[in-house]
Amino acid sequence: MNRLSDGGRVDRSAPLRFTFDGVQYTGLRGDTLASALLANDVLHTAPSLYRGRPRGIATAGVEEPNALVQIEGPGAEPMRLATTVELYEGLSATSLRGRGRLDPALDEGVYDKMHVHTEVLIVGGGPAGLAAALAAARSGARVVLVDDQPELGGSLLAGREEIDGRPALDWVADVRAELTAQADTRILTRSTATGYYDHNYLLVAEDRTGRPGPVRQTLWHIRARRVVLATGSHERPMVFAGNDLPGVMSAAAVRAYLNRYAVLPGRRCVLLTTNDHAYAVALDLVSAGAQVAALVDTRPRPPAELVDSARRAGIEVIAGSAVVAARGGARVQAVRIAALDAADTISGPVREVACDLLAVSGGWSPAVQLWSQSQGSLRYDEALAAFVPDEAAQNVDSVGASRGVLDLAGCLDDGFAAGARAAALAGFPVAVPPTPPTSGDGRPARPRPVWVVPGESGEPSDWSEHFVDLQRDATVADVQRAIRAGMRSVEHIKRYTTIGTAHDQGKASGVSATGVIARLLGARSPGEVGTTTFRGPYVPLTFALLAGRERGALFDPVRTTAIHPWHVRHGAVFENVGQWKRPRYYPRPGESMEAAVLRECGAAREGVGVMDATTLGKIDVIGPDAGEFLNRVYTNAFAKLAVNSARYGVMCRADGMVFDDGVTLRLAQDHYVMTTTTGNAAGVLDWLEEWLQTEWPELRVRFTSVTEQWATVAVVGPRSREVLTALAPELDVSNDAFPFMTARQILLANGVSARICRISFSGELAFEINVASWYGLATWESVIRAGEHLGITPYGTETMHVLRAEKGYPIVGQDTDGTVTPHDLGMEWVVSRHKDFIGKRSFARADTARTDRRQLVGLLPVDPAVLLPEGAQLVADAEVAVPTKALGHVTSSYRSAALGRTFALALVAGGRERLGETVYAPLADGGMIAATITDTVLYDPKGTRRDG
Amino acid sequence: MLLIACPWCGEREELEFHYGGQAHVGYPANPEGLTDSEWAEYLFVRDNPKGLFAERWSHAAGCRRWFNLIRHTVTHQILAVQSNRPVAAGQPKPVIP
Amino acid sequence: MTAENLPTLHALRRSPIGHLTDVLAEHSAAGRRSVRLREVPFLAQLDLQLHQHGSAAFDRIASALGEPLPTTPNTAVEAGDLRVLWLGPQEWLLIGPDGSAPATADLLRAALGDEPGSLVDVSANRTTLELAGPAARQVLEKGCALDLHPRSFGPGRCAQTLLSKVGVILHQVDAEPTYRLLVRGSFAQYLADWLLDAMVLL
Repeated sequence: MNRLSDGGRVDRSAPLRFTFDGVQYTGLRGDTLASALLANDVLHTAPSLYRGRPRGIATAGVEEPNALVQIEGPGAEPMRLATTVELYEGLSATSLRGRGRLDPALDEGVYDKMHVHTEVLIVGGGPAGLAAALAAARSGARVVLVDDQPELGGSLLAGREEIDGRPALDWVADVRAELTAQADTRILTRSTATGYYDHNYLLVAEDRTGRPGPVRQTLWHIRARRVVLATGSHERPMVFAGNDLPGVMSAAAVRAYLNRYAVLPGRRCVLLTTNDHAYAVALDLVSAGAQVAALVDTRPRPPAELVDSARRAGIEVIAGSAVVAARGGARVQAVRIAALDAADTISGPVREVACDLLAVSGGWSPAVQLWSQSQGSLRYDEALAAFVPDEAAQNVDSVGASRGVLDLAGCLDDGFAAGARAAALAGFPVAVPPTPPTSGDGRPARPRPVWVVPGESGEPSDWSEHFVDLQRDATVADVQRAIRAGMRSVEHIKRYTTIGTAHDQGKASGVSATGVIARLLGARSPGEVGTTTFRGPYVPLTFALLAGRERGALFDPVRTTAIHPWHVRHGAVFENVGQWKRPRYYPRPGESMEAAVLRECGAAREGVGVMDATTLGKIDVIGPDAGEFLNRVYTNAFAKLAVNSARYGVMCRADGMVFDDGVTLRLAQDHYVMTTTTGNAAGVLDWLEEWLQTEWPELRVRFTSVTEQWATVAVVGPRSREVLTALAPELDVSNDAFPFMTARQILLANGVSARICRISFSGELAFEINVASWYGLATWESVIRAGEHLGITPYGTETMHVLRAEKGYPIVGQDTDGTVTPHDLGMEWVVSRHKDFIGKRSFARADTARTDRRQLVGLLPVDPAVLLPEGAQLVADAEVAVPTKALGHVTSSYRSAALGRTFALALVAGGRERLGETVYAPLADGGMIAATITDTVLYDPKGTRRDG
Repeated sequence: MLLIACPWCGEREELEFHYGGQAHVGYPANPEGLTDSEWAEYLFVRDNPKGLFAERWSHAAGCRRWFNLIRHTVTHQILAVQSNRPVAAGQPKPVIP
Repeated sequence: MTAENLPTLHALRRSPIGHLTDVLAEHSAAGRRSVRLREVPFLAQLDLQLHQHGSAAFDRIASALGEPLPTTPNTAVEAGDLRVLWLGPQEWLLIGPDGSAPATADLLRAALGDEPGSLVDVSANRTTLELAGPAARQVLEKGCALDLHPRSFGPGRCAQTLLSKVGVILHQVDAEPTYRLLVRGSFAQYLADWLLDAMVLL
């Protein structure tokens, strides 16, 4: 066991049993899976993906390259990092090489979503973030503090610093208590800010696994006036031969395992550093009882006080040198150390030192991912050897280590100032709190980055064990190959080598890769190479979290009419029309759709049918200029329409293409009610408002959407008059008294006020009854009762489609696709020559006058039993070799009871000149359907049936 | 997601709005007097700058008002929202800084 | 329509989620995190649009109602037993008790006189859900991107916005808080289901 007997943030009274790769272990509350494994002397992860090299836990956080695991349960999840999985009782995990496996079982976890507005959002609960939160919260502004760890403190959790003469974590506890006491402050722990989007919109993924309540994860949508990024920094690895061996670990991770998790990850340690950080780690290792065999510092003259303190602890400091190779089989056994000259070349004898742990600090990369996502710019700071935030693009500040401030006092100063500034800029001025005295290092001395530690022999192209990206097994040799292939841009080299494209998205390898590229290109500085683009999410997210509660029945709104319960009770099969659920047909027990539709069509043509037409969009158009307005938006004229009369109209966009159609009824001199297609009701209202507000503001007309105010029952068929008579005895339904395309306002026998229109979308005698939607169900049931003795038959959208297609009535959006003019539909009669309207000028364009435009025609398959598939392409010649140009395509296709055969509508180039010609529809299965082009109106071409 | 200040309703999520393309492209006063290419220019040709762009939006899920704003097409920074109506062609164009 | 046949007529009415009354009641929990949901069906609703700011009709309507139409965006006023919600510049929704629409419409039509304007009875267009209790705001925040903090949105505030994926008119009635959500009939079942789910997840 590697667990220390005291210290750390683990609870020794709370042992947790877990299983890893089939073996049972015990860890402690407060462990991560990685720290619990190390405590049990399990260092190894799965071998590397491509080269099968042994790998081990290398870090203690989100930048971990190796320790991918599959969580088998409870809460199965693929591809988690052992370093970020909080240990829980009964956890079972297996090491993962490469891709994970999705649990095929339904995820029963609950994923929630919350919207939050705040004046100040602080990302990161380390010293800088805590200071910022404290300062901001004292202003009275709303403050949200998010941190990805279970406990606040950030780097303080892994250190031994003091603040205000007390252990730093006591100060953290005080800050937390003060923040918790503020009504408008919210602390989200175990919460990772994963994306920073426009206008200070951030997504934060909170993991609530193991906490009270049903919710497993919550996705917080946070809109902040000001953001303070205190995201800290990642320690960089170094690139040398064998740097991927298990036992090579980040120095910061070694310190975290020691101080936070009370785990000693090695007994005999060597440290390799480019900066001051490793000295504190070395001293911590000594005081934990480990042997420190050497501290190798790339700098020829490290700060004297650090060297002295190390030597006093019995540590040999080897300055101006580097580890040029790590040796070992399954684990590091020794490192080879040599002096480097100013040009980073080996300039002295190589000495081998035995060890089982190599702690590496290649310098610090500020965690600028969110800053970059916010479109803030970066600059390369030569003194820090790091990319740091430069110019902000949004209302954001970066503080502490995330902008390269590495000393504790500096971080607190930075945080207090930024927190107060953020609150003040959000309208809540507040004083900057004084920074308490701190222990620990002062501002660190200048590092000496060594981007590529040379191999003991050969050229960069030979250095195939100098790993740049461990996840991708990508090495210096690979980068060199990319450069030799002509790549210069870091973006190109990334894609060529795949460096930075694995699960950590370059958190560990990114800046190292830039350094390696700069070195191999002979650039003066990594700043000349730059970084790749950082994109969200910062850590992997589950799709289940993104979906949240919008799955299953809540996936998307389901719109239903007032009559819906009847349709359900009577076995309707529904289809989705936009968000509406509409009855498609009403099968009798054992009846197929084909048979049901033929039966429903027969009823409407021979007897009486009834359909729920409620879903059509309805817009009241009111004002003295309503007629003039409609004249401008419809291709045909409405201003002179008589009161209580209705007219079919077509709307085009300015390009002359059909956009919507429907019947508009004039209720009064200044009052029309327009109907729109079911799917386009909102789009038409937007369209009307656009023209009124932006082009014709002088017109006195206003629009009100009344789609759901009215329920509409269409009673259709030669015997519909009898139903109406029973329903509204006071209404004279004779053709003379109530002609086609007129409307009557009347009380039904049951006392309900109704607007009845004689409108037909089937060619048959038909009435549409509009009642306040409250009465929709009752009215429908009255119609059914009134028609019972006539065998009234409810019919759905499929029958409606067949009936209208038999009459050649197009459906906008099915028979049109935004490239079709009214003329293409054969509807010249609906286009006025006497007034201007939207789209009129376009009909004079050469393109819309082409004779080979696709025009709507009817199609009769030569074999009357064969149904053309909708969408089938049409060609002129059955024998033509593919590829060939299509003449057009089938837009609607049905079996017709009235015609006793199949038929279709199609858009065909120059179609109206081709009546009588045969076209062919080649099918995906190699078959071919021949069909004859006909006029679109196949049923009752003289229109004798509409008056009954 | 953009946060757009409707001149009437105040700041709302982009989801509540419909985009209306380039602003100040008025419907020609006399379409019949235009050549085909002039008409095609009105129908199909719009600016696509990298930088500041005056464009129209409608608060479709709110007050249904159309308005103009100036947006930076790279940073999405919104520099000015022009209070409501009319957003007609005859209105003076804003000076884009 | 006469007063005598009202009971008969009312027996024929169905609100879009009338069948959920018991379900809503069962889910309305007590306690510290309490939140209650109910439907308030059949409220009278009139959509009023005027053409000109500061017209004579505006003043006549103010005297008829005893209260000027609210001109501050996203606010509502009470005028007798009517609640008048600002929907847009020159557009308001007048909400009254069940059955009051014809009388209110007559009043407004008279006040409008011969000025152009639009008055439409939309009582059946939307139904009303009432969400109340200390946790009501938290429920809304699961699907509403508006800032509902008392500093931004309090009693007397209203907004046309989205809840989940559904357009609603949101009106905060009191400080408990109590919210009224006016939703189009076709969306009412989905919205009620969504709210019930959000309430369970508190």
